[in-house]
Amino acid sequence: MLEIAETRPLTLADVTIRLAERTLLAVSATVMPGEVLTIMGPSGSGKSALLAFAGGFLDPAFDAGGRLLIGKEDVTDVPANRRHAGILFQDPLLFPHLSVGGNIVFAMPPSIKGRMTRRALAEQALGEVGLAGFFDRDPETLSGGQKARVALQRVLVSAPHFLLLDEPFSKLDAALRQQTRELVFSRARAAGLPAILVTHDSADAEAAGGRVIEVGGEEKA
Amino acid sequence: MGRPISKEHEIAARRLNANTLLALILGLPILAGIAGIILPAFGYMPALGGVRFTLRHFAELAGQPHILRSSLTGLAVGLATTCGAVAIVGTFLAGFAGTPIFSRVQHLVSPLLAVPHAAAAFALAFLVAPSGFLLRLVSPELTGFLRPPQWLLPNDPLALSMVAGLITKEVPFLFLIALAALPQLPLRQSRQLTAALGYGRLSGFLVSLWPALYRQIRLAVFAVLVYSVSVVDVAIILGPQLPATLPMRIAQWTADHELRARFLASAAALLQLGVVLAAVLIWLLIERLARLALAWLTYSGRRLRNDAVPRFISAFAITACAALIFLGIAVLGAWSVAGLWPFPRALPAELTLQTWLRTLSPLWPALLVTMALALLSAALALLCAILLLHRNGAADRGGDRPHHRLLYLPLLLPEISFVFGLQILIVSAGLKPAFWSVLAVHFLFVLPYVLLSLAAPWRELDPRFERVAAGLGKSQRQILLSVRLPLLSRACLTAFAVGFSVSISLYLPTLLIGAGRLTTIATEAVALSSGGDRRVIGVYALVQASLPFLAFLIASLAPQLLFRNRRAMRT
Repeated sequence: MLEIAETRPLTLADVTIRLAERTLLAVSATVMPGEVLTIMGPSGSGKSALLAFAGGFLDPAFDAGGRLLIGKEDVTDVPANRRHAGILFQDPLLFPHLSVGGNIVFAMPPSIKGRMTRRALAEQALGEVGLAGFFDRDPETLSGGQKARVALQRVLVSAPHFLLLDEPFSKLDAALRQQTRELVFSRARAAGLPAILVTHDSADAEAAGGRVIEVGGEEKA
Repeated sequence: MGRPISKEHEIAARRLNANTLLALILGLPILAGIAGIILPAFGYMPALGGVRFTLRHFAELAGQPHILRSSLTGLAVGLATTCGAVAIVGTFLAGFAGTPIFSRVQHLVSPLLAVPHAAAAFALAFLVAPSGFLLRLVSPELTGFLRPPQWLLPNDPLALSMVAGLITKEVPFLFLIALAALPQLPLRQSRQLTAALGYGRLSGFLVSLWPALYRQIRLAVFAVLVYSVSVVDVAIILGPQLPATLPMRIAQWTADHELRARFLASAAALLQLGVVLAAVLIWLLIERLARLALAWLTYSGRRLRNDAVPRFISAFAITACAALIFLGIAVLGAWSVAGLWPFPRALPAELTLQTWLRTLSPLWPALLVTMALALLSAALALLCAILLLHRNGAADRGGDRPHHRLLYLPLLLPEISFVFGLQILIVSAGLKPAFWSVLAVHFLFVLPYVLLSLAAPWRELDPRFERVAAGLGKSQRQILLSVRLPLLSRACLTAFAVGFSVSISLYLPTLLIGAGRLTTIATEAVALSSGGDRRVIGVYALVQASLPFLAFLIASLAPQLLFRNRRAMRT
């Protein structure tokens, strides 16, 4: 069990995303620890831009307004590498030059000291998702589902303050998708992390079991 | 509202910085170099006792025998080379882009880029000379020659062999630049559309895609033009000798022991700048005429379906470029181990390592200097390229245009002019020509190629890798060192090999800045060409040609070793 270190709600305060003077979406919401807020919408609706805004890597082509708060702390202007946003993309994006365990160790906060301690923790994290003994494997030799689990553990060991899920199940086949979904949501809940999920799959939204905000239907400019 | 705008400003400022930095690195030495010839050309050079402005040196230049002819030959060579190379590459792309033949030719032509100009010129010379391999193949059966004929080849007065030699090297260059631009064009759709409208493959491509493609490769075309108008090493090996082209005569004057010849050389270097300007103006005119012709073709609606002959010719020409150089290098190799090899035998009568053994001791120090220059300049350029690209950062989306133009700066001015100017400045400043100044000028020529090579993979790396790392709390520098650079290790090694090859091939900058005191394989090989000992030339040219191949071999094998257990890193 990962320790529940710091669980604060995540607040999107009057967040608007504009592209070339056109408002793509406007969201206001507070996501409680352990809750998953789902943003549903077709591609081009600005939902990925919203995640990029929350993660701190929004393309300068977009205009964003509003604030992002963790608890009472305003992190809107905090650079991406100090926000502690755990991000899962469509692809697992394991670093191909590192081993499976290397990917996990890379993600651990530097406050965890000692080579052996870090390795032991990484092996434990792998064991939690049924990947015990995978530490020295080449990530490229893993199956899609195994990669997704490594990516999840990589995010969780970095002690994030919130999770950003960018359609992380869309590339998995149906059976695996169901399994991985449950794993991600249950672990996010267990860790008490507020999470934002963007997707265009309503099954994702149902499984998340939280509020759903639909954006950018048949929008007229 | 306020935040994104200030962020954009900050990004714009950073982009400006990286580009400004590049402009300074490349631009300052070039401006200094140009200034370095203008003053002495008008007689001002206190270090050599010239303190009054005068037009005397231009009068002296005008009085040199056949100076007009020398200038015009260089001009004509450059224009002919550029026309030929653009026509071959353009027709071949139009005829074959997207076909299986295309990718086969691509693999054949790509390695040619690594062959230094001088080695390629020697390869051609060894083939076409009266006692060369081609004539030996057909003698005496077809020609009846029992001894080599008295033809003035390869240094023919019409400079045909020089143009041929330049075209064989410029075709691969333009081809690969065009190849990089091709994915940005809607090739398949345009092909299908124009074919459905009944156009031939050539005319369909010309009408629909060529203008956009040409815009992408235009700077490279100008670089080819400027290079071939001003080239010295190829001119020495293949060009006409009496009179020689202007750049070659300038090179001779700069090497004159009589230091006052530098005034004359400066005036001539300024004239060369004028010749290059004239070539550029003529090329702009040719571009305009070509545009008119294309517009006429477009509006006339002609389909030109029967284009098999020009397509076949272009495929033949581009294959011939590769075949000539590869065959020529093989002949170079044969000469380096040949014992007795009388005309008209196609193969040496006996093989010996005598030439290699005898050449090794003078070759060794030149090889060390060459390797030191190439390794250091490529390493410095790679480091500099990484820093510049990193500064531009993720904000570089679409912002690489001005950047790319800057890169061509040193390639759009005749090196004989500004490098000679730099030499004068170094001498005037009382500095001794030394390894470090030669290294600096190598760096100047190596950097653009390294940047060109690294920029595309740098841009194409999936940005989400860095976002994941940033989300994990890694700093910019940690992300660069532990994510981006390892992922781009193959691209970095390739860029390094490109820089290494450029340095290996640099002749004139090494000669001028080293003031003849720093011997590299390139300067030694070209210097040997007048002596005409084919066996020794064979050794030097073969060494020069194989060094870049070695570098590329290492660049492609190293990831296999470094990432033995990482499958995704080895492809």
